[in-house]
Amino acid sequence: MMRSIAVSILIFLLASPALGQQASVIKIGGLAPTTGNVATFGVGQRNSYELAVEEVNKAGGLKVGAARHRVQLIFEDEQNSPEVGATVARKLINQDGVKAILGPTNTKVCLAVGPIAQENKVPMITPTCTNPKVTLVGDFIYRAGFIDTFQGAVGAHFVHKTLGKRRAGVLFDNGNDYTKGLATYFRDAFEKLGGKVVAFESFTDEEKTVDFRAQLIRIKATNPDVLYTSDYYGAAALMAKQAKEIGMNVSLMGGDGFDSPDLMRIGGKDVEGVHFTNFYSQDDPSPEVQRFVKAYRAKYKDTPDAYAAQGYGGAQILFDAIQRAGKMDGPAIRDALAKTKGLRTVVGVITFDQNRNPTKPAVILQIKDGKQHFVTRVAPQDLPANIRP
Amino acid sequence: MRRGGTALIGAGALYGVILFSHGDLGVDVHWITDYYLQVLMLAGINIIVTIGLNLINGFTGQFSIGQAGFMAIGAYLTAMLAKLVIPLETLPLAYQLSAFLALLLIAGSAAGAVGYLIGLPSLRLKGDYLAIVTLAFGEVVRSVIRSSDETAATLRSWGLSGLAGPIEGIGGPRGFGGFPKFDSLAVGGWTIPILFTLVFVLTAVTVVVARNIVYSSYGRACLSVRGNEIAAEVVGVDSTRVKVLAFALSGFLAGVGGGLFAFVIRFLHPDNFSFLKSIDYLIFLYAGGIASLSGSIISAGSLTVLPEFLRVVGFEQWRLVVYPLLLIGLMLWWPSGLMGNREFPFLAAPEKGLPEVTDVTDHKSQHVL
Amino acid sequence: MSVFVQQLINGLQRGSIYALIALGFTMVYGIIELINFAHGDMFMFGAYVAAFAGGAFLAQGYWAAFFGALLVSMVVTGLLGVLIERVAYRPLRYEPRFSALTTAMGVSLFLENFFALPSQAVPFPLNHVVFGPNYIRFPALLEVRTYSAGGIYFTTLHILDFVLAILLMLLLVYVIHYTLLGKAMRAVAFSKDGAKLMGINVDWTIAATFAIGSGLGAASGLMYGMTYGILASPYFGIFPGLQAFIAAVLGGIGIIPGAVLGGFLMGVSETFATSINSNLGYMISFLILIVVLLVKPAGLLGRLRRDKV
Repeated sequence: MMRSIAVSILIFLLASPALGQQASVIKIGGLAPTTGNVATFGVGQRNSYELAVEEVNKAGGLKVGAARHRVQLIFEDEQNSPEVGATVARKLINQDGVKAILGPTNTKVCLAVGPIAQENKVPMITPTCTNPKVTLVGDFIYRAGFIDTFQGAVGAHFVHKTLGKRRAGVLFDNGNDYTKGLATYFRDAFEKLGGKVVAFESFTDEEKTVDFRAQLIRIKATNPDVLYTSDYYGAAALMAKQAKEIGMNVSLMGGDGFDSPDLMRIGGKDVEGVHFTNFYSQDDPSPEVQRFVKAYRAKYKDTPDAYAAQGYGGAQILFDAIQRAGKMDGPAIRDALAKTKGLRTVVGVITFDQNRNPTKPAVILQIKDGKQHFVTRVAPQDLPANIRP
Repeated sequence: MRRGGTALIGAGALYGVILFSHGDLGVDVHWITDYYLQVLMLAGINIIVTIGLNLINGFTGQFSIGQAGFMAIGAYLTAMLAKLVIPLETLPLAYQLSAFLALLLIAGSAAGAVGYLIGLPSLRLKGDYLAIVTLAFGEVVRSVIRSSDETAATLRSWGLSGLAGPIEGIGGPRGFGGFPKFDSLAVGGWTIPILFTLVFVLTAVTVVVARNIVYSSYGRACLSVRGNEIAAEVVGVDSTRVKVLAFALSGFLAGVGGGLFAFVIRFLHPDNFSFLKSIDYLIFLYAGGIASLSGSIISAGSLTVLPEFLRVVGFEQWRLVVYPLLLIGLMLWWPSGLMGNREFPFLAAPEKGLPEVTDVTDHKSQHVL
Repeated sequence: MSVFVQQLINGLQRGSIYALIALGFTMVYGIIELINFAHGDMFMFGAYVAAFAGGAFLAQGYWAAFFGALLVSMVVTGLLGVLIERVAYRPLRYEPRFSALTTAMGVSLFLENFFALPSQAVPFPLNHVVFGPNYIRFPALLEVRTYSAGGIYFTTLHILDFVLAILLMLLLVYVIHYTLLGKAMRAVAFSKDGAKLMGINVDWTIAATFAIGSGLGAASGLMYGMTYGILASPYFGIFPGLQAFIAAVLGGIGIIPGAVLGGFLMGVSETFATSINSNLGYMISFLILIVVLLVKPAGLLGRLRRDKV
């Protein structure tokens, strides 16, 4: 009896908080999934947050009002899970007292974290959440990437015009706002262009579903000439493999979720020839991109993917706004963000529209010999008028 | 009664200390941040649900592992009614509170009724077979929530769009968020966090009511069923009624816990209520000791706080490794759980002369590993 | 029609994997009546060991890699099973039943969370042991051929999964019913005290049970890895483990052929239900289970033991 009481008291005593505040430091929260099914995105994004913060501090910190402040990045792994994201976002805001948040990475987490940031008046810039609903949560939520209505239309246009395919089968994860949204926007655009979506199949991810054959067999029966999936690289590689296994020889097209070396590592020869839409290509000759690629390679001995580039771009946008805000409070930073105009960043020239979305082009990449190759760049005005977002 | 009075004062003092440390009583201290307050609320909810599980697994000796299913019913029902049917945030505060309590009552009753229905046919099953049916039930509940899109589409095709709307609104496998938030209530210079107060009071009420149930004649009937069902029948205990009622009570408490959970987390996802969640509650129960309310309180409380505490002190990566190791160590050291079947003084048997709650099952002769 | 047959073939393959996992699970249960919550994690562990061992053996050619990986992962996982039994279950053998159940949950959580640590977060000698939280590719340990007939496609793995499930089932039945070790196991299952009085080493017998059960877990992990070519993370054993648990109960927990029957039944029904809706696919096994248990409370092949007064 005494033993058990003593133990429980000990546990409660140890749980009392220890606090320490430091002056002249701006705390920025970083969120990305460094573990879980999209871990390669999160690792790149965390690296690029760190790179951006390191460069700013090396240059003497951010100039806010009269004084210069060092930036401190407090990073949390959101595991691509809305629950974990919501918990760690509360920790960042309530416990660590961050002034702004970079991240999260994927739409479903953005939709859980957004309301918390909005409620606490903490500006949030997501580098890569692409669903249109994300920034509609409130006026503190911004993004550095394009939206899925655009990405889906780019994919549909490419499949229809360049690849010349007319019968599309679509397979997506119904449990994810990103994959569901992108698949739907692809379908809408493809049908407006005159193509036919012959199968629109979904699954609900059960802790990393690995068997997609039941759906693929149904899709195959409808005789498509292209398979579009909005899922992430792991599932996409398996779909490519299993489609081959059941004798389905069609082109595969996807979205920015494909951008990972793991797509080639897991998919091997089965993902050869796959196309996907993305934010950027490392082969882009613009000086901003090449300087960033060089700095990233020097620090991490690795080539930055689009997720890393977007993370760095998000940090550039945020730091610019903080300096223009002149003081470190949420509403002031928000107002400065809204006034961002023609800012040259690694992810393009940024001006926000009234829904806090930047206008920027997409690129299309193809897997050849186990590597990504740049195919073409598509700006919103390149699309036929009836599918422009 | 005197012990009851002491306990009441103790609970009041604990409440006061937490509010003070949270900076609500006019003094500007923030030893407990909102983040900790949330963890404390989760601890309270876990205590409520664990006590519910104790009634069926501990005191009645059954083996149910579907607690998350009942919680899901309570959580989704509360959130759905609060957001989509009765827009809670448009009401004045006093109405909000009473409406919220009514919602919790509805949620609890619905989960309790389902518990009753699950209890009935399951009575044919014993031990591990009962366990697996309750587990299956919990997973079916989760899958039903996940297929809300398809359900709504079906309803709509039958022309029932009024019903389809709210069902579609729970977001199926993508989760459900954005329901109203309870603000703090300003009283003079004090700010009273309403939701925390609610959780605290409901936890205390649950403990008191559970204690009274355990020492009632019904509680003794439960213990007799656990000891030996046939012998209990022989002395006139209606074991069917006892077990089904225990299922219903346990479902009710899980439903209420789920309703509170919805408002504390404010984002529901069907995968929050997978069988892994049910396993959490089994761990809370068995680590505390079966048939001990004090054990449930201590272990649900501390095991909820422990992982978050490990996170804050810098064991971010390792906390989920340390936690199971502590759990294994605890079970090896105290195989009957932290409290065994003992109770805190204020929860002990009411007076001398009545039988103390003792562990009537002789585990050493039955069901040995 | 060809769609139906194709789904059936894939369903049988999925069922073979469930059956393989369920075999180890049901065997441990049959001897010591412990719901080994950690079995899904032994399956996971075996799959990772097989992936690393198989990758190392690949230079020796396909069949050597396959059997080498099988042998190494079964032995290593079997040893881990014995270790876990010694540390976490044996001290609680004569304690209330829920104690061992709780440590089993603890062991399960530990295996998942420990092996999921990223190697840079782990100090030196251990960083070579952890698997990390991210996808790894499972190497192809055999030359996988695809056969097609009348629009139906199947691979070497479809055949191998099925044959192995049946073969291991027969082997296990043989061990339990026709060998000295099996006789000792059955005696221990009947009464530990009685077995001890007859001169049977109970500790040793139970350790052997765990070794075989965990080894079977490893074999199923290998086949899973080969079939899907990917190991998602050290958490991937949770849901197959749960499905195998259900397959075992469906067939009658503790009954070896029941596990295989339950596995096939679930694999096929799940595949067909999934092709309609993936939520239904997940739900169907639980629904079947509930219905079967309400009609036949001891599972398909189980017999109800009557309580004695």
